[in-house]
Amino acid sequence: MLKSPGPRLDPNKANTHILPEFEYLAPRTVEETVELLSKYGEEAKVLAGGTDLLVRMKQGVLRPKYLISINRIKELNYIKDRGDHVAIGAATKLRALEKSDLIKELFPALHEAVRSMGGVQIRNMGTIGGNLCNASPAADTAPPLLVFEAEVVIAGPNGRRVVPITQFFTGPGKTVMARNELLVEVRVPKPVKPTGSAFIKIARVAMDLAKISIAVALRMNGNVVEDVKVALGSVAPTPMRAYRTEEFLKGKELTEDVMWEAANIVRTEVKPITDIRSTAEYRREVSGVILVDALKKAMERLGR
Amino acid sequence: MGTRLINFKLNGRPVSIEVKDNELLINVLRDRLGVLSPKYGCGIGECGACTVLLDGEPVLSCLTLAVEVDGREITTVEGLAKDGKLHPVQEAFIEEGAIQCGYCTPGFILVAKRLLEEVKNPSEERIREYVRGNLCRCTGYVNIIKAIKRAAEKISCGKA
Repeated sequence: MLKSPGPRLDPNKANTHILPEFEYLAPRTVEETVELLSKYGEEAKVLAGGTDLLVRMKQGVLRPKYLISINRIKELNYIKDRGDHVAIGAATKLRALEKSDLIKELFPALHEAVRSMGGVQIRNMGTIGGNLCNASPAADTAPPLLVFEAEVVIAGPNGRRVVPITQFFTGPGKTVMARNELLVEVRVPKPVKPTGSAFIKIARVAMDLAKISIAVALRMNGNVVEDVKVALGSVAPTPMRAYRTEEFLKGKELTEDVMWEAANIVRTEVKPITDIRSTAEYRREVSGVILVDALKKAMERLGR
Repeated sequence: MGTRLINFKLNGRPVSIEVKDNELLINVLRDRLGVLSPKYGCGIGECGACTVLLDGEPVLSCLTLAVEVDGREITTVEGLAKDGKLHPVQEAFIEEGAIQCGYCTPGFILVAKRLLEEVKNPSEERIREYVRGNLCRCTGYVNIIKAIKRAAEKISCGKA
């Protein structure tokens, strides 16, 4: 299994000019894809945007015998308004989310997260499903989807199941999905009342993965917090919700003091490690700072 | 491992070629079709030197399987000039001296072309944000940004 963060490039294994050999399969339907996944199991990998998978294959980290491309499956590429939620096909490009007025208006934190990802080329290639299925603790779409309490639809040999995103990630590079299952849709519930949301990411340079990221979704009743959701990336084995911080903030007035008290709570809730991008100490310290920044941004968006 | 026949449009002309499953688009373009403007840079999606336009949108040809462009349209810098006249973005890059070693130039030109189709007169901030997936190791960014601004003016003044 993959370790996180990804292994450094091994010069003995790496040949970034030529991919190891594999057989390319391009099913036309979800059912056909699931059949192929059931048939080939561990030997197969699903190819969506390829911005992560092909890099790891070049580096010799992964050597699948079969690549099952889902890029020819039309039924996986859409953004639909379904009344109480917005449905996003798993193979929808990040760029399509970036350009969607629906996403921009309803889910600003998700919109910001997508805009922060890679360069325009990467966003033209990468998909929301790929970002989630790689299950990186640094997956940028994860914190916003966690605070909006999204659900994912997973197709398998026995039909489809719906899993809350809060239960989707099980470890670095690991999800609840079985080898013969395919992520087909992400459902993001529309906020029922005015909600302010924000996403903040700290990275070394614009193109890099996050050292740390945060999303908040905030609902106010008069001067007090009616409801708040907080989620962070790159501070634990999986993207995580900060439930204790949320509980502390509920029913309180969002004064400077209260926010900084919440910052101290979130610092005890995160479980960061030191890796190539940052140190545990830095991540812990900054988790509090970006919580305050994100809460202020969310309040601003509520017109406060 | 199989091979298959793919058909796509390359700079407006139909191409039909047998490719291996694991062949990357950049290698097919450079080694087999003689299209040399996409450059092999980092190979892992960070530098943008291998950028091509896929159905008009910038993508990385070093992370795209050739089999996946079957039925689609690829544009490289070779396909930008019309009737012997350079594209305004190409002209602006020359006029501003936005080229040092030239390795990153094709990628920057294609991304700039797409930006100016989307936004008529982009701010400097917008330009910088849009080209962040392209690295210039000569660090010639100042002139590159100037060139993109100049190209925007050329296009909006209809000098193109």
